[in-house]
Amino acid sequence: MSTLDSAGRRRFLAVSLTATGALLVGWRVARGEPAPADLPLELLGDQLTALGPFVRIERDGRVVIGAPGCEVGQGVFTSLPMLVAEELDVDWSQVRVVQLPWGGAGTANGPGHRYGRQGGVPTDRGADWRLLREAGARVRGLLVQAAAGRWNLAVAELRCAAGKVLAPDGRSLDYGALAAAAANLPPPGAAPALKSPADFHIIGQPTRCADARAIVTGAARFGIDEYIADALVAIIVRCPYPGGRLGRYDDGATRKVAGVVEVLSLPGPLADLPFEGPLAAGVAVVAENTWAALRGCELLETEWQRDAPAASIGELARAAQAMLDASDGGLPVRSEGDFAKARKQARRVIEARYEQPFLAHATMEPPGALVDVRSGRARLFASIEDPDAAATTITRLTGIARNAIDISLPRSGGSFGRRLQNDYVAEAVLVARAVGKPVKLLWRRGDDLAHDFYRPFGVHALAATLDRKARITGWSHRCAATPRTWRNAGREGQPAHTGLLSADGFPAGLVAHLDLRFFPLGSPLPRDPGLRDDDAFEVFATQSFLDEVALAGKRDAVELRLELLGMSSAATPTQIGPPTAATARLAYALTRCAQLVGWGVPRDDGHGIGIACHATADSYLAHGFELAIEGDRLVIYRAVCVADVGRIINPLGVQAGLMGGMLASLSDTLYGAITLKDGQVRQTDFDRYRLLGMGDSPRKVVVEIVPSSAAPTLAPPSVQASVAPALANAVHAASTVRVRKLPLMPELMRLL
Amino acid sequence: MTRNAEQAIASTAAADPVEPAALRLPPVPLALKINGEDYFHEGDPAMPLLWFLRDRLRLTGTKYACDSGVCGACTVLVDGAATHACTLRMQAAAGKAVTTIEGLGKSVLHPLQQAWIEEDAVLCGYCQPGQIMAAAALLQRKPQPRESEIDALPNLCRCGAYPRIRSAIQRAAEVMRANAK
Ligand code: FES
Ligand code: FES
Repeated sequence: MSTLDSAGRRRFLAVSLTATGALLVGWRVARGEPAPADLPLELLGDQLTALGPFVRIERDGRVVIGAPGCEVGQGVFTSLPMLVAEELDVDWSQVRVVQLPWGGAGTANGPGHRYGRQGGVPTDRGADWRLLREAGARVRGLLVQAAAGRWNLAVAELRCAAGKVLAPDGRSLDYGALAAAAANLPPPGAAPALKSPADFHIIGQPTRCADARAIVTGAARFGIDEYIADALVAIIVRCPYPGGRLGRYDDGATRKVAGVVEVLSLPGPLADLPFEGPLAAGVAVVAENTWAALRGCELLETEWQRDAPAASIGELARAAQAMLDASDGGLPVRSEGDFAKARKQARRVIEARYEQPFLAHATMEPPGALVDVRSGRARLFASIEDPDAAATTITRLTGIARNAIDISLPRSGGSFGRRLQNDYVAEAVLVARAVGKPVKLLWRRGDDLAHDFYRPFGVHALAATLDRKARITGWSHRCAATPRTWRNAGREGQPAHTGLLSADGFPAGLVAHLDLRFFPLGSPLPRDPGLRDDDAFEVFATQSFLDEVALAGKRDAVELRLELLGMSSAATPTQIGPPTAATARLAYALTRCAQLVGWGVPRDDGHGIGIACHATADSYLAHGFELAIEGDRLVIYRAVCVADVGRIINPLGVQAGLMGGMLASLSDTLYGAITLKDGQVRQTDFDRYRLLGMGDSPRKVVVEIVPSSAAPTLAPPSVQASVAPALANAVHAASTVRVRKLPLMPELMRLL
Repeated sequence: MTRNAEQAIASTAAADPVEPAALRLPPVPLALKINGEDYFHEGDPAMPLLWFLRDRLRLTGTKYACDSGVCGACTVLVDGAATHACTLRMQAAAGKAVTTIEGLGKSVLHPLQQAWIEEDAVLCGYCQPGQIMAAAALLQRKPQPRESEIDALPNLCRCGAYPRIRSAIQRAAEVMRANAK
């Protein structure tokens, strides 16, 4: 049997029996035959190569399901196999999950990876969720067929439950007992009908992280935990000046360190071209062990060359303000009605400006990669999220054919978008080629903070025109920011405002007179291309400003948002729900969040309540905070997140993701900022790039998921744009201080 | 960078030539106990324990995340006290008993590990071995920790798993108190 995959290639369901009598089912790609990959033995035996979603059923009935995603903390190691298990009709307790390597799907380019980039391809999600369920259903179909043959009954008479095929007369056969017979059957044609959601017994059930035990015992392997024989450790001392070059360097002392075997220079990116390899010029210290490499780096003496120093953040902010002071110019992003005229006729005009700093991803596990590129083959072990692009990078740098590349996908210690980049894979490949041995590249924390694809810097100028009833008639948003498109291969050819000022961000489309303009700012710091649709930049400004407009018009800030969304201001969640259309889904999340955070409830404890909401392609989120400012501390008593992210595969995992995303975004909002001094990034450790700690995280966290039958998002947003404005709004409610510049804490302390 | 390098050079230069001949005999290996077993280290006594655990013993549950003693990802117990393996030099670890996450619950899970699973406290999971070791040291000192004592745990979690970590510590504390009765 065959089916077409997304690239239009024909793929065949492959069924086989292993030496130990287990049934093995997977996809074999018809063309572009990849060579045998380093697949987990317990999953594969020696039978198959190039598999997609797949399943192994042991003779004793145990089930192994391959996890096809890249686990970075978003829970796909658990949630994707749940889809397979659901349609397979096994008990989740029978299932063991094993991570699959790269290479499960065929593309026009040879092997590819379908589930590598969660959150980047929203239109694919519905299809992905169906594909994995179909994989489970096909295996079930084989087992039913085998049982029908055994009993001489029609397939239609049989059903399955908890790893058994059941006959109408009460007889039953374990899947394990059918494995051998099923392996001899020709694969079924069309997938058997999928279950109706009412029959789900795994999808929608709170399910704990499938490899939690390995993690809490220290057995789980992250990219940094991989070792292979003969591998040398490499650490790179990189040019601290963005765009700078290596001058002379003295490695005399470094080479004297016992264990250091090589010191070599690495070129930086070519000026003005997209970043495709290393982000910075550097000197790699290669050693037999990590400590020798670290010592070697400390003893290395380097001189760096630079052109004009990069502008400080203050200079960048002044340049942005000057652009925004000019009354015209900028790239038009969207214009409706006549804002200029609305402004002249308005009863009132409200204006405010907001500033956001560069942010680092600061994943807990620093970037790194272990590669072996000898004798025409490549092996890569790394915490990455876009293995397709990693393979492309390896081919570009070494000429090794795509089908001679094996990529293992260990767990990743966080991503937030950082691991969609493969600059560190490129570095490891370059060093490994130069030394002719496998190389394990380690990034120190300072390397990570000083060499990132930063979330962009920007200043927003907003203006709203109000009529006599303080309704918004016109909206102007002019944003000066460092474009994500700059030197980013993934964004080439896209307009400069991409991912910074959205043409249909709330409330665009909901006001009569609209003017959105963008002013590109220059900076040599690399920027995150923002390929995740949850990384919305303008929301801090728009959702803070809506509160300022409400206050100026003596309106309720939630009512004002509901009015824009076309909802009756008296609507409550029960009146609005069940949400269907996009605006209704957002309005529902907002009103429910207002309820949960105690919006509008009079209080005399000095606590402030703030709220904000945000919609992306397929998630609708609202955040609310109850907080107080106590001396120089900001105490968050309650943090609420209401999220409509489609159908939930694993409520426990999605809750964790929403909670974590909220806290990670809080960390960014309160403390996060990358700044420059003498043209260098100042933040090189966690003392200077502060993260949220246990003590300053919210006292109480409430996460509510809106029931939905829309296609699932598969992974909740890891960056939650409405956190920052909800927090700033709550700070205003508690203190009457309006924070218009992030990070919030230093600015609040300055203003108080 | 340059300053560090100068300092490092200065310190080795000062130590080398004046050493009496007797001290240049092959060094006595440093001995320490790790998870109940004896180990010896013959290399650089200034190497942090973290790299002995990871590079030499492949005990990779102890993580690297900052090398400056800030984040707690490398937390181990040294003679029962929570200690950052990234800043503890082998010479200072000599003679001590070290417990890593791999040695915490050897045959049965430690109540903290069990609680972590039950509370589903794992997000990316990278900080979690360190979090558990820090919590183990806390519960040893304070079987009934106050909220403020949990607040004071210094370990960082970029993924923001704090609320579930807090619940897991409380759950484990309860179990451990019940077991102790
Ligand atoms: S790695 Fe030791 S404290 Fe961060
Ligand atoms: S779970 Fe990812 S850093 Fe804590």
